[in-house]
Amino acid sequence: MSGIIETGAPRSLFTAAPARYLSREQSEAITRQVLSFATADETRVSVSSGMSGNTRFAVNQISTAGDSYNNVVVVSSKFGKRSANAVTNKLDAASLKAVVERAEALAKLAPEDPEDMPELGPQRYQETPGWSDATANMSPESRAAAVVAITQQAKAADLISTGYLEVNAGAFAVANNKGLFAYRRQTSSALTTTVRTPDGTGSGWAGASEHDWSQIAPAALGARAVEKARNSRNPVAIEPGRYTVVLEPTAVANLVQLITGSLNARGADEGRSFFSKPGGGTKLGMKVVDERVTIYSDPMDPLAPGTPFTGEGMPTKRTVWIENGVVTTLNYDRYWAQQKGVLPTASGGGIVMSGGTQSLEEMIASTDRGILITRLWYIRPVNPRTILFTGLTRDGTFLIENGRVSRPIKNMRWNESPIFLLNNIEGMGAPVRVSSSESGSAGTPVVVPPIKARDFNFTSLSDAV
Amino acid sequence: MGSAAAAAATALASNRVSRLHAATARLTSPGDPAIRDLAMRAVDAARSAGASYADVRIAQNRSQGVFTRELRVQGMSDNETFGIGVRALVNGAWGFAATAELTPDAVVAVARQAVAQARANQVAMVRPVELAPYGPPQVGEWRSPIKVDPFTVPIEDKVALLLAANAAAMKVNGARFVNSGMNFLREEKSFANTEGSFTVQTLYRASPTLTVTAVSADNSDFQTRQSTDVQPMGLGYEHVTGADFITNATRWAEEAVEKISAKPVEVGRYDLILHPTHLWLTIHENVAHPTELDRVLGFEANYAGTSFVTPPEDVLGKMQYGPATMNIQADRSQVGGLSTCGWDDEGVVPDVYHIVKDGVVVDYQTTREQAPYLAWWYEQQGKPVRSHGNSYAQSWEDVQFQRMPNISLMPGEQDVSWEDIIAATDRGIAIMGNGSFSIDQQRYNAQFGGQVFYEVRGGRIVGMLKDVAYQIRTPEFWGAMDMLGGKSSYMLGAAANDGKGQPSQSNAVSHGCVPTRHRNINVINTGRTA
Repeated sequence: MSGIIETGAPRSLFTAAPARYLSREQSEAITRQVLSFATADETRVSVSSGMSGNTRFAVNQISTAGDSYNNVVVVSSKFGKRSANAVTNKLDAASLKAVVERAEALAKLAPEDPEDMPELGPQRYQETPGWSDATANMSPESRAAAVVAITQQAKAADLISTGYLEVNAGAFAVANNKGLFAYRRQTSSALTTTVRTPDGTGSGWAGASEHDWSQIAPAALGARAVEKARNSRNPVAIEPGRYTVVLEPTAVANLVQLITGSLNARGADEGRSFFSKPGGGTKLGMKVVDERVTIYSDPMDPLAPGTPFTGEGMPTKRTVWIENGVVTTLNYDRYWAQQKGVLPTASGGGIVMSGGTQSLEEMIASTDRGILITRLWYIRPVNPRTILFTGLTRDGTFLIENGRVSRPIKNMRWNESPIFLLNNIEGMGAPVRVSSSESGSAGTPVVVPPIKARDFNFTSLSDAV
Repeated sequence: MGSAAAAAATALASNRVSRLHAATARLTSPGDPAIRDLAMRAVDAARSAGASYADVRIAQNRSQGVFTRELRVQGMSDNETFGIGVRALVNGAWGFAATAELTPDAVVAVARQAVAQARANQVAMVRPVELAPYGPPQVGEWRSPIKVDPFTVPIEDKVALLLAANAAAMKVNGARFVNSGMNFLREEKSFANTEGSFTVQTLYRASPTLTVTAVSADNSDFQTRQSTDVQPMGLGYEHVTGADFITNATRWAEEAVEKISAKPVEVGRYDLILHPTHLWLTIHENVAHPTELDRVLGFEANYAGTSFVTPPEDVLGKMQYGPATMNIQADRSQVGGLSTCGWDDEGVVPDVYHIVKDGVVVDYQTTREQAPYLAWWYEQQGKPVRSHGNSYAQSWEDVQFQRMPNISLMPGEQDVSWEDIIAATDRGIAIMGNGSFSIDQQRYNAQFGGQVFYEVRGGRIVGMLKDVAYQIRTPEFWGAMDMLGGKSSYMLGAAANDGKGQPSQSNAVSHGCVPTRHRNINVINTGRTA
């Protein structure tokens, strides 16, 4: 019977379909069991568990769908300053013992880590908002019904709908042999659809992501994508170059979330980041974008909730990265914070950006000549010195002339930095939660406004629809 | 390019993996009897619950990673995941369910759940799924042809090799930082279906990486050089020891430092000379992806996109993709290929087949449910309507779908070398190593960077350039190819994390190619500061 295990968890753990995850008590029991097998100086264990359900549709019918249930147990063992991890997805006692043994055997062979930080003791945590029964209880049948609310509209309009619905419900716990224990559960969901015209000349997208599925309105998303598909038929080419743009919130999120990838304090100190200051040091305290811009992460934010603790069990808190255009926080891990004599960063939230009072319609009405953009795609780094990325517009790109949307235009490749964009702001609207991952996954919660900006840099035309 | 030459030596056609299932006697019960028993229970449960077809994958993945920076080990991890995924077809609709719980009761429950999913998914059916036949049931075993199992190599040896390479890089004046790592995978995958197939495969992957960062004295610039001339491969630890990391680390560090003072490129049109360590990614993006039949048919429109290589009736046998010297071949039997296997995730023995022949598109990548869409073409060609064996799922937890096999640009007839192409070029840019990449959702407009860029004048390399990226439209790019390397310049590049599907799944695939020259390509400068 090599490799086959009888699960050590009680049967009742696995009967409450569709949301199956470990409760606080069950998670704690597993972490205790792991720690009881440990012989290392320090041991940390994390246990994640949960279900992921999805339904895909294409050419106006469901193409694939699936439910999966999994667990991940990560054991970090440390002897002196020698440490290593081992991971398993099995929860029976023999497997938990084996994963501890693997981590310890590996740790003993590791060189001493000069940057080792001791495990934390017990901590206090906030209760973050991020759980929804509506999401956790979604069945395959209700997912299919949500999909039909889109495919029916597309079919009726003689259009072709494709899309993806995802729901996740799970729990995450971390504990160590210094008495720390933390537990949270979280849900997420996303629905995105791309509707195309049968002749292949038009394509429209709409999407949403919420931790609470009941906040997503499938029929309204379908209607939006259908309208964009119709309006985007037979696009015309315009000359690439610098244009004023009106970015819908999803397109703003596609760009603004890229900044968070560069916020590492150590990279900035080491001179290999946009946030490195010429001549040495970091840009902390320097104004880098328009003073109307504030960007923060807050685990308690009702629209973009996060986690109450980090992977090490450190309590998270509201973290303001950029305030009124000035860099106020960079991301310090515990070691680098100690080196620099500052507190470590523990943000644990989504990404929230300040906005303004203009509506999308007002931004369009005030534009003589510009481009309205639905979303951006295949966004990849080009130059980390400036957070310069390249990508393309997609699924709803329109010319604005004399204060109104005049015609669909062909998609274009751009080479642009969110830093440049946020220095060229002409107007902003009210921030909203968006779906902004390229793959349509629920991803990190992002709340951003629509933005009108000047001098957006388009570098070539694309024939893709 | 010692490692490139070594790769070339192992990469070409004579190095096909022998088909153990064909070469050895048919095994009646390969693999672990306990796994086989669970697989059969799940298959039977799906059939009893009403599935017209079902397949089961039970997989145990072991992976190991070691990551370092400078003289420090940042992390070591040893991971395993084990579970079962069941796919069921009911009245032409698919359902899928997966669980980590591997007990007789749990596998039966998950099979029934897959069937229930399929029933729920019948709403709004337009075209029922039809599976192409693939002949007699497949029974057998297959293993990646490795020499040294990476999981038997002591971790101390891996750490010592990485730290020695880091030290070699750090000795180069101006090299400020170095990150390196090794990743290994062993996947033991059993497959069973309601048609009587049962196969067991053991697949390995090895991926050593190193990145050197140079920072200018005044912090005004930093540049990196990644180890892209050593690509991930479907091999064992011999791939790491053969990569000569310590010697190469010095060169990569020197090149990172040289990039700091390299001349910023002047925008304009240049003849591009593309090294195989770079070109494999361009092929991946603008030949391999647009010839995936699911994209062509619109199934991936919401994420990966569709394709300009459409509609099939206007493309097959008609569309000129490049010059007559261009031949693109799919092959899941190449030694060291990341997608190399004995059977795909539908139990099909993968075909070796041309996608582009003498410059013309002649086929697409297919699975069992896709091949029937091209029945008219195969019948016209006198070929059977069968899957090319291009189904794959990243783990037991994910449903299988069409993923690209190893897809390669075949060498030209004459043995032209990289140096020959440079010598024949009056004004151009030679690019080595894959870098930044982006392409639109129909695979027309692409932009690629690289690792190192050299200015070529009068048939010679005259200096290094930086901030180079080229922008292309796929048909013009391949139409502009006027030189093609020969057999001895062929090597395998690889995409170890190719994303497609929703939820996004990561495929691992290799692309063999030779150096090429493309005339008059648009080059931009990526160094703008405002």
